[in-house]
Amino acid sequence: MEEQISKIKEVAVMEINKATDAKELDEARVKYLGKKGELTAILRGMGALSPEERPIIGGKVNIARDEIESLIKEKEAEFAKAELERKLKEETIDITLPSTKVKRGSKHPLNRIIEEVEDLFVSMGYDVVTGPELETDEYCFERLNLPKGHPARDMQDSFYITSEYLLRTQTSAVQARTMMANEEKGSIRVICPGKTYRRDDDATHSHQFSQVEGLVIDKNISLADLKGTLEVFVRKMLGENLELRFRPSYFPFTEPSYEVDVSCFKCGGKGCNLCKQTGWIEVLGSGMVHPNVLKMGGYDPEVYSGFAFGTGLDRLAMFKYGITDIRLLYQNDVRFLNQFDRLDR
Amino acid sequence: MKLSKNFVKDYVDIDVDIKTLAEDMTKVGNEYDEAGKLINATKLVIGEVKECEMHPESDHLHVCKVDVGTEVLDIVCGAPNVRKGLKVIVALVGAELPEITIKKGNIRGQESNGMLCSMLELGMEHKYVDEVDKTGIHELPEDAPVGEEPIKYMGLDDEVIDFDLTANRGDLLSILGMAYEISAIYDKKVKEIDLSHKENSEDINDTFKVEVNTDNCSIFLARKVKNIKIGESPAFIKNRLIASGIRPINNVVDISNYVMLETGQPLHFYDADTLNGKIEIRMAKEGEKLTTLDNIERTLSKEDIVISDGEKAIGLAGVMGGLETEITNNTKNVIIESAIFDGVKVRKTSKEILRSEASSRFEKGLDPNRTYMAIERACKLLEEYAKGEVVGGIAKFDNSDKENRNIEISFKKINDVLGMEIDKKDVLDVFRRLSFNVIINGKESDFSETEQELENVEEITVSVPRRRGDISIKEDLIEEVGRIYGVDNIVGKLPQMPLKEGSYDKVNRGIRNKMVDLGLNETLSYILVNDKEAKYFTKDETEVVKLLDPMSEDRNTLRHSILPSLLKIYEYNKARNNKDVSIFEIGKTFYKQAEEYGEHNKIAALMTGDFYLGVNNKKQVDFYVIKGIVEELLDYLGYERRYSFVVRENQMPEELHPGQSALISVNNDIVGIIGKIHPSLVKENVYVFEIDLDKLLDKKVGKMKYKEFSKFPSVKKDLAVVVDKNITSEDIIALIKKAGGSSLDGIEVFDVYTGKGIDEDKKSIAYSLTFEKMDRTLTDEEINESLNKIIDMLEKKLGAELRK
Repeated sequence: MEEQISKIKEVAVMEINKATDAKELDEARVKYLGKKGELTAILRGMGALSPEERPIIGGKVNIARDEIESLIKEKEAEFAKAELERKLKEETIDITLPSTKVKRGSKHPLNRIIEEVEDLFVSMGYDVVTGPELETDEYCFERLNLPKGHPARDMQDSFYITSEYLLRTQTSAVQARTMMANEEKGSIRVICPGKTYRRDDDATHSHQFSQVEGLVIDKNISLADLKGTLEVFVRKMLGENLELRFRPSYFPFTEPSYEVDVSCFKCGGKGCNLCKQTGWIEVLGSGMVHPNVLKMGGYDPEVYSGFAFGTGLDRLAMFKYGITDIRLLYQNDVRFLNQFDRLDR
Repeated sequence: MKLSKNFVKDYVDIDVDIKTLAEDMTKVGNEYDEAGKLINATKLVIGEVKECEMHPESDHLHVCKVDVGTEVLDIVCGAPNVRKGLKVIVALVGAELPEITIKKGNIRGQESNGMLCSMLELGMEHKYVDEVDKTGIHELPEDAPVGEEPIKYMGLDDEVIDFDLTANRGDLLSILGMAYEISAIYDKKVKEIDLSHKENSEDINDTFKVEVNTDNCSIFLARKVKNIKIGESPAFIKNRLIASGIRPINNVVDISNYVMLETGQPLHFYDADTLNGKIEIRMAKEGEKLTTLDNIERTLSKEDIVISDGEKAIGLAGVMGGLETEITNNTKNVIIESAIFDGVKVRKTSKEILRSEASSRFEKGLDPNRTYMAIERACKLLEEYAKGEVVGGIAKFDNSDKENRNIEISFKKINDVLGMEIDKKDVLDVFRRLSFNVIINGKESDFSETEQELENVEEITVSVPRRRGDISIKEDLIEEVGRIYGVDNIVGKLPQMPLKEGSYDKVNRGIRNKMVDLGLNETLSYILVNDKEAKYFTKDETEVVKLLDPMSEDRNTLRHSILPSLLKIYEYNKARNNKDVSIFEIGKTFYKQAEEYGEHNKIAALMTGDFYLGVNNKKQVDFYVIKGIVEELLDYLGYERRYSFVVRENQMPEELHPGQSALISVNNDIVGIIGKIHPSLVKENVYVFEIDLDKLLDKKVGKMKYKEFSKFPSVKKDLAVVVDKNITSEDIIALIKKAGGSSLDGIEVFDVYTGKGIDEDKKSIAYSLTFEKMDRTLTDEEINESLNKIIDMLEKKLGAELRK
């Protein structure tokens, strides 16, 4: 009997080892361990054995059974592993193929600049205000100390709708609106970015362009405050360590008025093509708010003073992103737009 | 304004070169475009043609031997007027002319060592040269000294700065004004102008009357000069006119221009014999006719100031004279007009007729003291250079204010505005340099006060001469101090104001960020479009807004919708083979309603081509893609479950596909449109939407709050029904919701099918239903009961069949 057991085991081990797949393994399991299996048959036939022999033979059968079982398990695991490996191999893909994605989105570079300017001034306590683009002559000119027939109106050839309505030529139009809206006639700190329009279209001018206007009104505001503010602005937008130069100029709504030049950020002031060998680039118009403008806005120029500044955002965007042709900003070629989709660190 | 250095040196000494002068003027606020020599040519010499033979190999070239003083050069010349004995301008080998550099050459076998020049080749503008120079070489006078430098000999060795002046500095439109400005910069004295002349014993007032019948003329002076000889002007006058950008004509006309350049006061000369002994200044009658000296008959309006001979108009004041009374080659006697007309009126008239050197000076305002100065200066020059006899007396009307303007200002105010600490003495020095008088404690200052003497002086009165019409208030004086003293030393600081958080439009920014996140490119387009397309994609009562004076017909109207702008961008990209275009823009649209104008803030998008990209995973934009964008945006803005897409006949814009478009409704109010562009407008599959942001954002939304979800498992059941094709999914969902009861938590469409197995007029729609309770797990019985109710309802109301 003992011999028979070890024989069965021997054959079983051989067969199990020979098995090449899960099916053959299962057949072996049925053949030896199943209800009608060979080892089971021995257990069944144990009734014929003496009570002394029974536990011995029973023990041997169980040991053989355990050994066969664990061998089957081992073999099973082997097969499962091989199967998994086969499957993984089969599932291998070409990871260099392009990804699936939504078409990319981007902000227009001019609006990126506007957001940057807004964030800077908001952090300094300025409110961002807006005004109509279809403006009245009163707010665009008259309240800015430019009465009808004033020769300085030639500086801005306008798109008129009627004799009273026009497309605003400058965001300065919002100055008067802001002063009028301030009912307590308290201090004012605003910027106004937005679209402006002039009858002018060539390689360097677009009939539609964007400006940002700044206005600060309070007691004791001086040109030094203007200079300090513009230093923060220019250095943030165009580069640290840039120097400013105030060049006297004329705007009807400020007195004194200054054009603000910044030391050339390309050559550092040594002279290059960008600054036309002068070392300076004109970037802003500015000045102290004209007393007539304050008066028309309801502010007493003996008590209040203020500064205002304005700059073209198109040029700023061109400087910042190295755009050489203003028309690119308005053509909206998607190959252009797609380039402005990253975090500008 | 072109400034001739030679001209201004009559009135102020200049020790610096032209570039430095231009830069220093820029620093005080007078920008320039160009600065340099009037004639930019080197290595020129006066020569004499000693021999001149025809070139053997040519029918028009000459071979010349030219004496240039140091040697005799062989030069080949093609000019028809070259001849033996002629004095010529020779550009030697190595000479740099504006267009070319002269090299030793061999022209058809003949050596040529230089070039004989016309003034054109020396860079003089076409309008200044005479016929001889246009076709040939310049002919110098017989006595021109051989071997010398010709530019200097001709008096053209001048330098010019072309200024781009600001609109307030009308005073700088004169050599004298420039002299005062330069004198302030370099602390020099301005020299007196010579007004001396003789006059005869007659009195103009005996034979000539001036009558002013309008408020638009503050001063009118007339003098008479008899027996003038019309001829060529002396070289210095011609050269200075050329340097200043004015073409010389004859001595009389040149003198009127010369004096205008010197003093800033425009003059007009009349042929005295064509006048009836009278000049009247009045407003024109409506429809009055006048032939101006350019031989064009003008029809005038009552806004035009005219000069009349007492009967009819003979000139447009400050703009252009009349043909009848102009100076001709036969003119003997001249009436000189020196007057000031209202700038606004002159500006208006000149805008319609001609902007001239004269009109731009009237527009910017003139000094009546110069009106007197100019007429005397003209008499002097006519006497000297036109052999005229000045008639005694002056016929005049004078209502002008010639006094200085006195402005009080404190030293503190100057420093407060500039944010600097400027010494009192330095402030006074600025006014001294500007040749302004200063009154300290009622006494005119001689500018010798020491800082100690000024210690208790807080306020001064500055007396500003009339020539500086731009200065009328304190702030103008502060600007002068800033200009002349300089503001380079100001130390920048930030305004001391209370700390606060600034505000900006966060919603607008949020919308832009969301759209970019969704994969669209933001555009910035022109708001001006063609009137035909301006109203595309809109259907409302308001009118479009048109420009009075457009630059082109293509951009003559303000857009009524953003979509026409986006359509143009689409076409631009299509032409460049950019097929995948998904763009959006936030901007304004404009309308007119009952003579009132208004703006709307809108967002619009246009999508076409592939939107989801990838191998085998591409997805072309269709209605549902753009609808998804709209839903994402509305959900993001807090309008979840408050919007729907509805179709209303007669309200759909014609530019959209009638079967693939809808109105966007939020809170049952139409806020926008969505759909495919009509194939008659664009044949590709292009989808758009536009939402009126003013209307949308007006609808309030609550704060974002956490909402509890069920802790118990939910159960999903699928349900597919076959219904008539014209039944919308929205109709079905409404019934499912109604029948499903409170435990039905979600409904999603997961399949729509037509085709094999389904009748042609039917479609199958499959829904995935989610059942869930907040307080317990649902039993199978409960769910089946709900499901049966839903099926019953759909069968009864829609005749739906369950699809097995």
